[in-house]
Amino acid sequence: MNMSILADIQEGFWFPKAASSFADRVDFLYFAILWICVIFFVPIVAAMIYFTYKYRQRPGYRGSTEALHNNTIEVTWTVVPTLIVVWIFWEGAAGYLEMSRVPDDTLDINVYAQKWNWSFKYKENGGESNILYVPVNQNIKLIMQSKDVLHSFFVPAFRAKRDVVPGRYTYMWFRPTVEGVYDLFCTEYCGDSHSNMITKVHVVSEEKYKAQLAEMVKEPEDIIERGKWFYQRKACMSCHYAGEIGAKGPGPNYNGSWGKPVKLSDGTEVIFDEQYVLNSIRNPGSQKRAGYENASAMPAYSKSDLKDEQVDAIIAFIQSLKDAKP
Amino acid sequence: MSAVTSPITAPVTTEEKVEHHYLNHSSGFLSWALTLDHKRIGMMYLAGILFAFFLGGVFALAIRFHLWNPNKDPDLALFTNQTYNRIFTLHGAIMVFLFIIPSVPAALGNFLLPIMLGTKDVAFPRLNLSSFYLWVIGFIFFSFTLATSGIDTGWTFYTPYSIETTSSVTPATFGVFILGFSSIFTGLNFIVTINTMRPPGMTWFRMPLFLWAVYATSIIQVLATPVLGITVLLLAMERLIGIGIFDPALNGDPVTFQHFFWFYSHPAVYIMILPAMGIISELMSVHSHKGIFGYRMIAYSSIAIALFGFLVWGHHMFTAGMSDITTIVFSALTFTVSIPSAIKVFNWVGTMYQGTVAINTPMVYALSFLFLFTIGGLTGLFLGALSVDMHLHDTYFVVAHFHYVMMGGTLVAFVGGLFHWWPKMTGKMFNDAAGILSGVIVFIGFNLTFLPQFVLGTRGMPRRYASYVEEFQELHRLSTIGAATLGVGLLVAGIVLLHSLFYGKKAPKNPWGGATLEWECSSPPPHDNFSSPPSVGDPYDFSKIEYDGKSGGYVKK
Repeated sequence: MNMSILADIQEGFWFPKAASSFADRVDFLYFAILWICVIFFVPIVAAMIYFTYKYRQRPGYRGSTEALHNNTIEVTWTVVPTLIVVWIFWEGAAGYLEMSRVPDDTLDINVYAQKWNWSFKYKENGGESNILYVPVNQNIKLIMQSKDVLHSFFVPAFRAKRDVVPGRYTYMWFRPTVEGVYDLFCTEYCGDSHSNMITKVHVVSEEKYKAQLAEMVKEPEDIIERGKWFYQRKACMSCHYAGEIGAKGPGPNYNGSWGKPVKLSDGTEVIFDEQYVLNSIRNPGSQKRAGYENASAMPAYSKSDLKDEQVDAIIAFIQSLKDAKP
Repeated sequence: MSAVTSPITAPVTTEEKVEHHYLNHSSGFLSWALTLDHKRIGMMYLAGILFAFFLGGVFALAIRFHLWNPNKDPDLALFTNQTYNRIFTLHGAIMVFLFIIPSVPAALGNFLLPIMLGTKDVAFPRLNLSSFYLWVIGFIFFSFTLATSGIDTGWTFYTPYSIETTSSVTPATFGVFILGFSSIFTGLNFIVTINTMRPPGMTWFRMPLFLWAVYATSIIQVLATPVLGITVLLLAMERLIGIGIFDPALNGDPVTFQHFFWFYSHPAVYIMILPAMGIISELMSVHSHKGIFGYRMIAYSSIAIALFGFLVWGHHMFTAGMSDITTIVFSALTFTVSIPSAIKVFNWVGTMYQGTVAINTPMVYALSFLFLFTIGGLTGLFLGALSVDMHLHDTYFVVAHFHYVMMGGTLVAFVGGLFHWWPKMTGKMFNDAAGILSGVIVFIGFNLTFLPQFVLGTRGMPRRYASYVEEFQELHRLSTIGAATLGVGLLVAGIVLLHSLFYGKKAPKNPWGGATLEWECSSPPPHDNFSSPPSVGDPYDFSKIEYDGKSGGYVKK
């Protein structure tokens, strides 16, 4: 608690809360550049307005037509800005190195980005979550992978961002300094629901963090509840609406679908049953619904992504929504 | 017509018999469609790009109106996410490829370059016409994507999303490929024209600064555009036959695409802004009736920007996971571009000092440019600084920054230049008061649209979001109100220009008091521009140019 009183967490006009060890340095350079801009901008505009007024075309006045040229002035306004940008570059690069050089004593968390879901896996006990939980005042290292297209991990309160690139690992680190809940955005355009690829970071105390980890590995006993649990954790909810949760599209709604006939884009009709759900998960393109031809393709889930018994649980969950309002 | 060797010709009055000029030189559809006259090609380009600008502008307004609400519930939103993504992609692609890149060089440049050089035409008139038709074909490809499933990748076509999306990426890439050739042809033509067709006496340092700017632009067009052609072709191949260069599923690397793409698209930023800077150099000196301050520095800085512009593409990828050393080197190189840009701004302001500053429509746009471009340039410092960019990258701060440069800079300069040369191109004077009004509305609307976006970006609002967190709503609404205002301003400008075509007074030869050669032929220019080669003087010597009440224009004393 003391930390949050000492730290400057006041939200300003410009920045969101400063909640990581990078924030002070970034904000300092930002405001330094802002003042440099003001110092350049105000005289330029003032001179512009003054000259426009003083030398305005009017009866009885005729200014000089001769082209001016003044070496002293021209050298000055070349050299002074050069020195200033050298400083900006230097400070920016130094701050960047601090962000990109991961310290040795880190808590490592795996990050999996996919359309349009963030998934975090914790090394301590293999727990998985869609909300990022991190303990306050510890160095956190993220080991990031993308399952499909480019994404970018961005927490404005931490002033930290790094792209997540399919086919390679990218890394980033930060040290959260203030407990709280902060927005986590995807900032690299990734298709239809790019703007829904938002989650939260919970910066919590060490004890609460431990408790959350323990909570994460407790799968519900009831098969329907377990289905819902996987629905939330395996990115289904980022495209399919179910009950009253999840995104409304681009994928079909689960509510009231079970047992009903489904029109496919090749003109045939199938029944929404166990086999149809399994096909849609393992080989999503094979039985595409009519009306979804241009929708973003669903990724295939192999047996290692989603085990058979997990599929069964999801089927039970969809079945339970048989009479839910679409 | 006007014998330039004896500049004191009788003022042209409306009572005179119908004069002969390029617009009435011949008539009929084919006389335009098959014309080799650079002026007619320039006018056709002008009509084409203004139509493209109108389309892009409608998409821009659609974006802003969609973002009036946070759209947390997609059922209540103006557009679905899918439609929104198509709209912002087409807004960007149309504005960049069909409007800004050809705007100044192909429309104004085509019209003015030969006249400023005192020649009859460009070096390769047929190549010039073919570049226009390539532009038209490129436009058709884009219209095709519009009519089919649209395109939803953003104008940057980033892989692997552009490989897997079901939207019409392939026709769009062919469109870009063809438009690239249009751009290369124009650049090549201008380089040869400037190198070989300058009149006796016009040394490099007696060239109008607009031509320096167009020359620097042409060099970039010729050197960088082929890389774009290769990149989009590889992307099309990747989609069609899976060659595995960019697709991680086939062991390709998506970041390679970003390098290829920005190797063109960053220099392309200078293709967009350099000609606008050339326009401003003309406008500031002519309307201040004063020689340009530091002519050589402005000329050199155009070339410096063109060269440095090739070395900074990496700053689009600071968060993409390049090595630290690469990232830092690109940051350092990025800052080098800021210096020649700053020099130009200082020189333009210095030009007004002790001059005779006329407040008219072109000058209002030029002053507006100085204000907006300075903000655009200065906010680049935030993004060049690496640690700050880690926070601002891919947020609305970037959106605001490049709109200040591309729209506040290039578009405002283009409209200013259009007003400046409109009497020359059409032979008609426009209503100056209404023109000034349009400039003021555009200025207010522009700032209202994009100043809030700097704050949005700093507060963390990511780009290309169809919906957003509620706390951003107020700033988004301000921005939308600004966009509507901006639309009204541009509409007024359009009406002023159209009105002049029908009701405008006959334009004198030299309505503003310019000293470059285009002001020595009649308005509009005759088919052959000059009956005899004009004598070349200092393009910024205003000492002998006096206002002449009878003709309503300026004459050489």
